[in-house]
Amino acid sequence: MFRFIARRLLQIIPVLWFIITATFFMIRFVPGGPFTAEKAVTPEIMRNLEAHYGLNKPLYQQYFDYMGNLLLHGDLGPSFKYASRTVNEIIADKLPVSIELGALSLGMALFFGLILGIIAAVKRNSIFDYLASSVAMIGICVPTFVLGPLLVLFFAIHLGWFNASGWYSNIDRILPSATLGMVYAAYVARLTRGGMLEVLNQDYIRTARAKGASEFRVIFRHALRGGILPVISFLGPAIAGILTGSFVIETIFQIPGLGREFVNSAFNRDYTLVLGTVILYATLIVFLNLIVDVVQVWLNPKLKFE
Amino acid sequence: MFCCGYMTRRFCVSILAILIGALVASCGKNTPAGHQDKIGADGKKLMIWRVGNGSEPQDLDPQTVTGVPEHKISMALFEGLVTEDPKDLHPVPGLAESWEISDDGLVYTFHLRPNAKWSNGDPITAPDIVESFRRIISPGLASEYAYLIYNFVSGAKDYYQGTLTEFSQVGFKAPDDHTFEVTLLHPTPYLLKIMASHYSWWPVPVKVLTKFGQLDQKRTQWTRAGNLVGNGPFMLKEWSPNQRIVVVRNPYYWDAQTVKLDEIHFYPTDDLSADERMFRTGQVDMVYELLSSKVDTYRRDNPEALRLDPYLGIYFYRCNVNRPPLNDKRVRKALALAIDREALVKNVTRGGEEAAYAISYPGTAGYTPKAKLEGTLEDARRLLAEAGYPGGKGCPKIELLYNTQENHRALAEAIQQMWKKNLGVDIELVNQEWKVYLDMQHTQNYVMERAGWIADYVDPHVFLDLWETGNGNNDTGWSNAEYDSLLHKALAAKTEEERYSYYQQMDAILVDELPVIPIFYYVKKYLLSPKVKGFYPTLLDNHPYKYIYLED
Amino acid sequence: MAASLSPTKMPVANLTPDQLENGSSLWRDAWHRLAKNQLAVFGGVTLILLTIACLVGPLISSYSYEDQNLNLGASGPSLSHWLGTDTLGRDLLVRLLVGGRISIGVGLCATFVALSIGVAYGAIAGFFGGKIDALMMRIVDIMYALPFTIFVILLMVFFGRNIVLLFVAIGAVEWLTMARIVRGQILSIKKMEFIEAAHSLGLGKRRIIFRHMIPNVLGPIIVYTTLTIPAVMLLEAFLSFLGLGVQPPLSSWGVLIKDGAEKMEEFWWLLVFPGSIFSLTLFSLNFLGDGLRDALDVRSSKD
Repeated sequence: MFRFIARRLLQIIPVLWFIITATFFMIRFVPGGPFTAEKAVTPEIMRNLEAHYGLNKPLYQQYFDYMGNLLLHGDLGPSFKYASRTVNEIIADKLPVSIELGALSLGMALFFGLILGIIAAVKRNSIFDYLASSVAMIGICVPTFVLGPLLVLFFAIHLGWFNASGWYSNIDRILPSATLGMVYAAYVARLTRGGMLEVLNQDYIRTARAKGASEFRVIFRHALRGGILPVISFLGPAIAGILTGSFVIETIFQIPGLGREFVNSAFNRDYTLVLGTVILYATLIVFLNLIVDVVQVWLNPKLKFE
Repeated sequence: MFCCGYMTRRFCVSILAILIGALVASCGKNTPAGHQDKIGADGKKLMIWRVGNGSEPQDLDPQTVTGVPEHKISMALFEGLVTEDPKDLHPVPGLAESWEISDDGLVYTFHLRPNAKWSNGDPITAPDIVESFRRIISPGLASEYAYLIYNFVSGAKDYYQGTLTEFSQVGFKAPDDHTFEVTLLHPTPYLLKIMASHYSWWPVPVKVLTKFGQLDQKRTQWTRAGNLVGNGPFMLKEWSPNQRIVVVRNPYYWDAQTVKLDEIHFYPTDDLSADERMFRTGQVDMVYELLSSKVDTYRRDNPEALRLDPYLGIYFYRCNVNRPPLNDKRVRKALALAIDREALVKNVTRGGEEAAYAISYPGTAGYTPKAKLEGTLEDARRLLAEAGYPGGKGCPKIELLYNTQENHRALAEAIQQMWKKNLGVDIELVNQEWKVYLDMQHTQNYVMERAGWIADYVDPHVFLDLWETGNGNNDTGWSNAEYDSLLHKALAAKTEEERYSYYQQMDAILVDELPVIPIFYYVKKYLLSPKVKGFYPTLLDNHPYKYIYLED
Repeated sequence: MAASLSPTKMPVANLTPDQLENGSSLWRDAWHRLAKNQLAVFGGVTLILLTIACLVGPLISSYSYEDQNLNLGASGPSLSHWLGTDTLGRDLLVRLLVGGRISIGVGLCATFVALSIGVAYGAIAGFFGGKIDALMMRIVDIMYALPFTIFVILLMVFFGRNIVLLFVAIGAVEWLTMARIVRGQILSIKKMEFIEAAHSLGLGKRRIIFRHMIPNVLGPIIVYTTLTIPAVMLLEAFLSFLGLGVQPPLSSWGVLIKDGAEKMEEFWWLLVFPGSIFSLTLFSLNFLGDGLRDALDVRSSKD
């Protein structure tokens, strides 16, 4: 297993390098720059701005400067939009928020999703299956930018239990994570149901039942293990997705997280912030995929490390 | 759960742990932030005004920011030599208690208040002000609004471009500690208005910020809470990025006894729907902007909170006069006449905006354009036929560019229909993301585009100087020698009456040539809680904070 | 000849040589099973009806999707406008149907693209394993991490605002997860006996992959496909939320729902009708998908 991990780590380096380079050049191709504004600045001022940020150097020079800073100092550069902050600082401020939002949402998603999926699989084709599946469907069928405001309308404005937005006290965590969690709960439920149905008809389940094991034991100890496999495959990208794809939730609930920057930095042409968030996201994804691959083999002894 | 497989057990336990942890932690503070009252040192409830402030500010340094949200916060932290009157924004004494203007209009002499202090207690002296202006025209700072200084002040542009290295030759002088002198390149009748309303002319504490870096060094830490020092009615207490900015009363402000608010909380609200929801729960007392679709509901259900204030800006369509068919001014006029502006403001924007038939904003500092776009649909069709496209036949394809936004889309769609029905001209709508749209505009890579222009100060000059040949914001390719010469004559005019007479002629040219098609004048739509007092509608939507107070 | 009786139901002795040779294939058995699943049938029929309505409806309606009626503005359901009008006075029913063309089109096409590329890619990677698998999966990692927003903006800039662009952009993102899931599934059946048997029979690699492995992992693939179509439609809605979606005056369900969500308190019909149709479509897709999975899964039984 360790050889597998070591080999994978070696592969990760060129992958990350490629992503950084591709993104660096990709964002320069898009029209409009960080200082393109409605009230145009004079050419002299633009020259000075570009000189300050090194935008007047040839592109390959800027690339080497950036990579040098990144590899030697771990410095992601200054933000173009937020003049007095560096990208490192912005990420350090916002990442914990996104992680918290993501963890809570994922927790809710796994909890409700697994339960609904198990119910649906075990009580297949019965009314429970339909009910559980339908509730799970809400997360898939209702976009977050509809679900979020609906929840706010009801719980915050109508009932007055919560703030309409913000991330100040702990109670503010509930509505956003519920909204985001619902989406992933739906996926988890569907995949669990599908995976468990695959497994529940296998021979070893029949054996366990024949041996007299209780239904509870059969489900949780034997079937769930196999049923969770597709969920795990899905979890890797899902975690990465929740962490940085929570743009809509962060916008609706005005949460100071990184998901918003991931999209807004592109709109602002904040080159360094785009790169910073992409690097973070990419690193997260490749390590998560590694973990998922390891866990998959560990869970299913029939697989082997290649 | 003990019988579950090891892995499932770990799953369940960790999930339960997360949820229980969250629940326990949330048992702490239960009152939503908007309903919490803060008590001051004297036991009385603090008067806190909470506002939705649009997007998160880039920075709080008035010499390097651009943008309205940044402006609103700067107004609390800094004050210029002159400041704005709360009702009509005309320049009134601020940091300077009095001033004189020389007969030739080139030298302004300001007398600073003897008791003027920065928010850290240091006195404000004239040499401080001189250094502050030196900072903004330093090329190293690369301030985006440096041109608002160097276009007017003698020697400033040369200093900025590096051809003049001796700063003492630039038109800023401090004959003594309490007298500050500005020498201009040419008489500028509206200079005081710019100084009052625009943050680029407000002073920064040079002695403080040089502790964090060089004078012209960008991106230092001097604007952080705890570091930032200003001379405005409030001081910076907290800056939590994307959460809120808190300012508290500045006891050293010269007019501190007029200030009634204890604190102002600025909330970044770039999602307008979320902003409105925050208003409903009482989290904010003022909304940055209200969506058009909600205006009617508020008119009906909560009219005291609804504000529809005239705003000094114009919504128009720019024409690229080098692209057919817009290179023919008859086509431009036909298109302009075929827009039913009344229907647009009634049904699409719904804010009671005034339809625009000229470029200048009526009633700007006493100036109202006499020129008016006039004609019927028949005239429009006739003009189109004269230009060679009767009934719209043979008319080259016009692409209307707009940036992605609900209002622009709705207006563009409505106008598209009007032109199709009334003239037989079928246009194509092209929607681009903001920066792409701007890039296309500045490189004149468009045929027709939606645009807006909002004034930085209250003077008719703001809408008219744009169309000078080669102005960086013209972007139409239109050039008219007579217009340019009238502009220069207006600048050199001795009286306001004379100046305005030139503007009338310029407006007439614009209505005749129509490089841009005026559509309507802006109305700022927002919500303001009725408990906010001392707040007057102004054309720039500037509301000096020292007069505002809350009454439950 | 009783043609309605399938050959498998007749006693062998009574079968003609033709019928004996035409055994029942996996697909035909599956079709029969599917037809018996009421929910799946309901889902399928609903989808077909919706698609027909979207294709034909706007042609027979008296309103066009772009006709504005500014004086009317947004009005609720009435006899002249069955689902009401939007803020520009356009008939909502017609716009809903026209939007359906786009949303269903995007859903089907992008998913088809994602499916084709993703399944083939993932199966090949899983089958070959080793270095090939590693390289292919690293490419997936790279593409996954590139910023989507910038990618979409770039596409729009270089290729204009085309509907096809939407398919490309969305398909380019969705196939990645599909590939990963398929690969995982292939890895788990690679060592099964029937695959070893196929190898020892000397069957070519392509045949093993496409005729033996893929049909056997169809279960999770179909389930994930039924999750992909809604994901695609929601992604399209998200692009509309950002303003990068379809061009007006065309609309899609995503645009209509986003519009309705903003105005849901003032004009409830702008959200309720598009939202319901959207949900109905997704529900139907899921029922159909469940039915397909049950029908195709040779190992599952209904008892």
